[in-house]
Amino acid sequence: MDLNYTAEEEAFRAEVRAFLAAELPADIRSKVRLGRRIHKDDFVRWQKILYRRGWGAGMWPRRYGGADWSVVEQHIFDEEGAAAGAPPQIAFALRMVAPVLMSFGTAAQQNYFLPRIISGEHWWCQGYSEPGSGSDLASLRTSAVRAGAHYRVNGQKTWNTLGQYADWIFCLVRTSSDARPQQGISFLLIDMKSPGITLRPIITIDGEHEINDIFFDNVQVPVENLVGEEDKGWTYAKFLLAHERTNNAGIGHCQRALKRLKEIATRQSENGRPLIEDSRFRDRIAELELDLMALEITNLRVLAAVASDSRAPGPEVSLLKIKGSEIIQQLAELQMHALGHDALPYLREALEVDWVPPPWLADHYGAFAPPLTGQYFNYRKTTIYAGSTEIQKNIISKLILGL
Amino acid sequence: MDFRLTEEQLALQETLRRFIARDYDFERRRSLARSPLGYSAQAWAQYAELGLLGLPYPEEFGGLGGSGVDVMAVMELVGQGLLLEPYLSTVVLCGGLLRDAAARALKEALLPQIAAGKLKLALAAYEAAGRYELAHVAATAVRDAQGKGWRLSGRKSVVLDAPSADYFLLSARSSGRQTDAEGISLFLVRGDAPGLTLQAYPTQSGGRAADLDLQDVPVDADAVIGAPERALPIIERAVDQGIAALCAEALGIVTALNEATLNYLKTRKQFGTVIGSFQALQHRMADMFIAAEQTRSMAIIAATEAAGDQPAARRRAISGAKAYIGRAARFVGQQAVQLHGAMGVVDELNVGHYFKRLTMIDMTFGDAEHHLARFSDALRVEALGAAP
Repeated sequence: MDLNYTAEEEAFRAEVRAFLAAELPADIRSKVRLGRRIHKDDFVRWQKILYRRGWGAGMWPRRYGGADWSVVEQHIFDEEGAAAGAPPQIAFALRMVAPVLMSFGTAAQQNYFLPRIISGEHWWCQGYSEPGSGSDLASLRTSAVRAGAHYRVNGQKTWNTLGQYADWIFCLVRTSSDARPQQGISFLLIDMKSPGITLRPIITIDGEHEINDIFFDNVQVPVENLVGEEDKGWTYAKFLLAHERTNNAGIGHCQRALKRLKEIATRQSENGRPLIEDSRFRDRIAELELDLMALEITNLRVLAAVASDSRAPGPEVSLLKIKGSEIIQQLAELQMHALGHDALPYLREALEVDWVPPPWLADHYGAFAPPLTGQYFNYRKTTIYAGSTEIQKNIISKLILGL
Repeated sequence: MDFRLTEEQLALQETLRRFIARDYDFERRRSLARSPLGYSAQAWAQYAELGLLGLPYPEEFGGLGGSGVDVMAVMELVGQGLLLEPYLSTVVLCGGLLRDAAARALKEALLPQIAAGKLKLALAAYEAAGRYELAHVAATAVRDAQGKGWRLSGRKSVVLDAPSADYFLLSARSSGRQTDAEGISLFLVRGDAPGLTLQAYPTQSGGRAADLDLQDVPVDADAVIGAPERALPIIERAVDQGIAALCAEALGIVTALNEATLNYLKTRKQFGTVIGSFQALQHRMADMFIAAEQTRSMAIIAATEAAGDQPAARRRAISGAKAYIGRAARFVGQQAVQLHGAMGVVDELNVGHYFKRLTMIDMTFGDAEHHLARFSDALRVEALGAAP
């Protein structure tokens, strides 16, 4: 039993920390720390900086431009990045479609797409869910019919994240409806500029535009954009999930939110005393911190096992998803509660980093309050997306417990 | 980073597992709990042969030089087997205290005896009015007429494993007010000392304990362990190590309960099918699985931090683990009973006994709420950057 990082890992952490201190642009850092709106340009600018350092996709193999990071190194990078206020990298491209292309794509697909992903040139989004296919994804109905050198795609995808920024979308489409639902699905790469694609913003309860409906009306997709074999897309989708879930716990993100919560509870006052002096409120923070303490070690136990057995993470990541998503929700909830009645104002303009509050508001409200309530509403998504808590429990009971 | 137990630790656990299967099955355990002694003297001798009783002591004192994680490995099996022997009191709490604080001569005299299974001790540190506060010491220590030894008077409550103890390590105050941190000394007191009376009883989870009454109990000057009037830090550190051991014991029980419950879900049939096919029960079981994994993580934190000599960092880890495990184990214990239906509340089934032991572990050395408050107070100090 050894809870310590190796000397090499500690050196790597120091290197990451120094890099972040020197290279993370101050304006981006400030937006992330204050919970202000982050725009496409911020994500892309940061991706390009990472790319120049050789860390555009640290977990990727070197032959694709990656740095061959171990899961532990990736964890250190994520943790330090979150602590420093770096925006997350776009998982749809780096952690989802890219590993699928590496394992199942053609040489031409790899050579064209992977360099453009790692450099930040292409933004990718995901076309999985449909109005009638949420947790029961295999029932999806968006169709792709082969017609000569093209597929003709018709249907609707929904809950698409940040498709308004995207150059490409990877889609699960139905190419056959003869057999079991899982067997007639294919994995297609579609250019978002293709004629026939319409994007309709879905405004979420925080008032923000993060997700979309995407309609496909006779969209022509060249057959060379099929990944792997026709009708085998479900296999690739499951493979993708295993990669998506390597950062399931979001430990770094939770740690930053906990630190922020303590800062807020120290600054907010109640009857002239810091709110954190109120033991009823403080105990709720303490309970969350304990949950996070346990999850940190559970997460490291999973990473260490994955690293020592050289395998993809198994169904135990469902535990990390369940706990990590619940903890970040509760942290957001307490941050909002720390505001008291200052949770009520809804000032959309205050989410922009250049918003200047009136001086007499700046001190307590302007400094940190505006994004917190919206974030609470927004984070209700975390226990729903990427396999809801209930689906994760089904996975645990089937694959781990054998029920 | 490596979270695996070593080959030696796994072998030790395997030995204990075989011992439990062969010599300590549930029926045997029930009859031992009802016997006058309350545990197996034979098992105690076997632990000595296996080296378990000297596990956490340096080799020069007859021990194996084991770590907190070694103790964790053993205590996990103590939990799984619901073992009744006074391992926690003698080996972890009192032996640990002697190892960390006693004068060399005393260590040479006592630790090899403990390791050989010839000596048992119990820690008498809590008093009724103090609840879980170790600094609350109303028992008094007064210099005797010659000015050499001491006379001890007062009461100690719920002294675990007291009836079988050859010696007590007992806290008493020679100065200050009842709740002062200073003024407390720790004394080595013979179990048959004149003026010492025990009110002995079984505990809810099958062990033995007693309340102690002391009236002018004479002890020698060299019976003081550690610095006179400065004993609180060493007592707290020993209890923290005891808490880490209890966390590991709870982990063993949670693991055993989940195994038993899962097995029940797969075999018990109602409505023409196994009840484990019902999603409400599957999700409950998934929650119990998660609680067990999180419990293991917290028990690891406790085992690796318990020996730390930075009191603030140690307290954060230990109170954090005890609070978390107290609640997680409460959940698993209650749900294991619930999912077993009426079988869960039957004395003949081990599930109810696991549940009772888990419950009493929570009530020992501070329950979840007590330790959450301690953790929370530390959080306040950290956030405000000032002393309370």
